[in-house]
Amino acid sequence: MNDQLKTDPSKPAQRMRAGSMTLTLGPWIVAAIALLVMPYIFTSNSALTIMNQMWITVVFALAYNMLLGQGGMLSFGHAVYMGLGGFFCMHLMNYIEDFGLAFPLPLLPLFGGLFGMGFAMIIGSFSTSGAGTRFAMISLGVGELIAACSVIIVAFFGGEEGISGDRTYGLPFFGVEFLKQIEVYYLISFWLMLSAVLMYLFSRTPVGRMANAVRDNPERAQFLGYSARWVRFYSFCASGFFCGIAGGLFAISYEILTEENLNATSSGVILLVTFLGGVGFFFGPIIGAIAFTLLQTVLSLQTELWAIYVGGLFLATVMFFPGGLAGLMMMHVPALRLGKAGGLVMPYIKTLIPGAIGVLGVCALIEMTFHFRHAAKGDHEMTLFWTTFDSHTVMPWLIAGIVAAVGLGVARATAPAMKEAWDEANTAGGAS
Amino acid sequence: MELILVNVIDGLVTGLLLFMLSAGLTLIFSMMGVLNFAHASFYMLGAYFAYQISLALGFWVGLLIAPLIVGVMGAGVERYGLRRVHQYGHVPELIFTFGLALLIEELVQFVWGKNQMAYDIPDILNFTAFSIAGNSIPAYKIFMIFISVGIFMGLLYVLTKTRVGMIIQAALSYPRTVEALGHNVPLIFMGVFGVGTALAGVAGVIAGPVLGTFPGMAFVLGSIVFVTIVIGGLGSLWGALVASLLIGWITTFAKSYNIAMSDILNGIGIATPENLSDNMFRDLWTVTSPQIADILPYILMVLILIFRPAGLFGKRES
Repeated sequence: MNDQLKTDPSKPAQRMRAGSMTLTLGPWIVAAIALLVMPYIFTSNSALTIMNQMWITVVFALAYNMLLGQGGMLSFGHAVYMGLGGFFCMHLMNYIEDFGLAFPLPLLPLFGGLFGMGFAMIIGSFSTSGAGTRFAMISLGVGELIAACSVIIVAFFGGEEGISGDRTYGLPFFGVEFLKQIEVYYLISFWLMLSAVLMYLFSRTPVGRMANAVRDNPERAQFLGYSARWVRFYSFCASGFFCGIAGGLFAISYEILTEENLNATSSGVILLVTFLGGVGFFFGPIIGAIAFTLLQTVLSLQTELWAIYVGGLFLATVMFFPGGLAGLMMMHVPALRLGKAGGLVMPYIKTLIPGAIGVLGVCALIEMTFHFRHAAKGDHEMTLFWTTFDSHTVMPWLIAGIVAAVGLGVARATAPAMKEAWDEANTAGGAS
Repeated sequence: MELILVNVIDGLVTGLLLFMLSAGLTLIFSMMGVLNFAHASFYMLGAYFAYQISLALGFWVGLLIAPLIVGVMGAGVERYGLRRVHQYGHVPELIFTFGLALLIEELVQFVWGKNQMAYDIPDILNFTAFSIAGNSIPAYKIFMIFISVGIFMGLLYVLTKTRVGMIIQAALSYPRTVEALGHNVPLIFMGVFGVGTALAGVAGVIAGPVLGTFPGMAFVLGSIVFVTIVIGGLGSLWGALVASLLIGWITTFAKSYNIAMSDILNGIGIATPENLSDNMFRDLWTVTSPQIADILPYILMVLILIFRPAGLFGKRES
C-alpha cells in the first residue's frame, strides 16, 4: 500500500527547476515596481481593498506551497497557522492600545510569524513523521480542533464575534499612522516582497532542496543520511512562520479576526488557490491567488452562482491541467525555445474562442435555470450579458442553447487540428 | 441505569449510521489508496434524491431507488473522473475528490435551495416502539438499527463467502495478478466504488428524516467519517465498525452527562481559582462535556495517530 503523497519527477510540470542560491534580479524588480505603481493605476478604494486581500492571499498561498509543492505534504488545516498568527497580532495590537506601548505597527507581522512558527513547531513535532495520508489526517484533525476551540476558549478567540482592534494606536512609523488604506497597502506590499524573497531563497537553501528530495523519494533521501522527518519539520515550521505573517497582515488590514479565519473552509480555499495556480513552480501560487481573488470579487458581484463556476474550474484544472495555471504557461516554453510558438496562435484562436463562447452559453443556461427556479413569483425579467429579457419565454433558451452547442461543437471539431499544431510546435527541426 | 440504556441505543444508532458511511469509504480506500473526500456528499445526494422521489412515489420507493442512482453516479465519477486523475498521482486524486465535494454542495444548493427540505419519517414508522423508564424509543431508530445491521451482514457475507467477494478481496491486494487471471480489474474497482457510494446513499436516505436534509449535511458528517476510518485503521472493515460504535457512544454519552471540567480538576486536587473571571484559564474551568462532545473524535484521532499511527485494526505500514 503506497500512500506517499508525492509528485512525479518525470513530469516537467511537477519538477522544481534546479538552481543556485542566487536571485535572478529581473522578475523581482519588475514585481517590486508593479507593486509600487499599482495604486496609481487602480486608485479607487475598493481596488485597494481587493489588492490588499490579494497580496495577503499571495503570502499565504506561497507559504502553503512550501508544504504542498516543495515538500509534498498535503495539509487540510493550514488556515489555523495564519489564523493563530492573526489572533496573536490582534491581541498584541489591543495590548499596545491599552498600555500605550511604543511599538511600530510595521513590525507586528513579524510577531504573528513567530507565533505561527511556535505553534507549527508544537504540531510539527508529531505530525511530520510521515508525509502521506497520516500528515493530511493530523492536519485535518488539528484544524477541526482549533476551529472548535475558537468557540469554547472565549478569552483568546473572542467566541462567535471574534476579536477586533485598532491599528492606529501604534507608534507612528516615520510619521505614518496607517489611517489611510494606501499606507496599509504599502505596508502589505513591503511584507509581501520580503516574504516572497525569503521564501524563494529558502527553496534554494540545502534544506529547501532536501525538501524536494524528500518529497520525491523519502527513502533515498534517508539513505543519503538525511532525516526525512527533520527536513519535513523544518519546512513545516518555515511555512508556519510565513502563514503567521499573512495572519498579521490580515489583522492589520481588516482589524477583525473571527472563527472564519481558522475553519475548514478557509483551509480548503487556500488549497484551491494554490492548486489552481500550480504547485510545481514557485510563482504558481502567486498567479493562483491573483486569479482566485479576482474571480471571487468580480464574479461574486455578477452572479450568485460564482461558487459553482469556481468549483467547476477547479475540477477541470485537476482533471486536465494538474500543473495549474503556471504549468499551463510553462508548457509553452519549449515551443518558444524552438521558435515555433507563432504557429500555435491561429489554431488556438480557432479552438479556444469558440470554446469560450460555448462555455458562456452553458453559463447562460445555468443562470436562466437558476432564475427560473428560484426567482420571486411574477419576476420574469432577468438581465444577462447586458440584455434584459423574459426568462419564461422560449426564445432566450433557444439562443443560449444554440450558442452553447455551436461554440462547443466548433471547439470540438477544431481540437484535433490544435493538437497537431501543438505536436508540430514541440518537435525540433522539420519545416519552418 | 435506565438512562444508560437509552444512551446505549442512541449511540448505537449514531454509530451504525457512521459505519454505513465509513464501510464504503474504507473499502474504497483499500482499493485506490485514496481517501474519498466526496463520500459524505454522496450521502447528502442520497437524502435529496430520496426526498424528491418520496414526494412522488413514497418513502419506500425512495429507499430502493435513491441509493441505486447514487451508486451509478459514484461509478461514473470513478470511471470518468478519478481514473483520469489517477495517472497524476495521489495528491491530485485527493484534491479532485475535495473539489468534487465542494461542487456537489454547490449543485445541491443550486437545485434545491439553501433551506432544509421537509423530508419526514414515513407515517407507518412514526410511533413509539417501546419506552424505558419514561424515555420513549421511536420505531424509526429501531428501523435504522435493523437496516444498518442487515447491510453489514450482507456486506460481510458477500465479501467473505461468495466468489465475487473473493475476487474483490484478491483485487484489493494483488490487482496485477487478478488481472493476469483474466478478471476485469478496472471494472471491479468501478463496481466497488459504486457500491461504496450506494451505501453512503442508503445512509443518507435513512438519516435524512432524522438529522435533517440540508446543504450542510455532508460537511457536518464528512470529516467525522474520515476520523472514524483513521481511528479504525485505514482499509479495515472491522476497524471501521468498532471505531464507528466507539465514536457514536462517546459523543452520545458526553452530550447526555453534563460533566464539568471544574469538577474533574477539583476531583484531582486542583482548587478553583478565587476570581475566575480574570483568570487566564477561565474558559478551561467552565468547559463542560456537552460543549466538547463534537470535538472528542478529533482529539481521539490525533492521539491515535500519535501513538498508534496504523489505527486500532490497521496493518502496520511497510
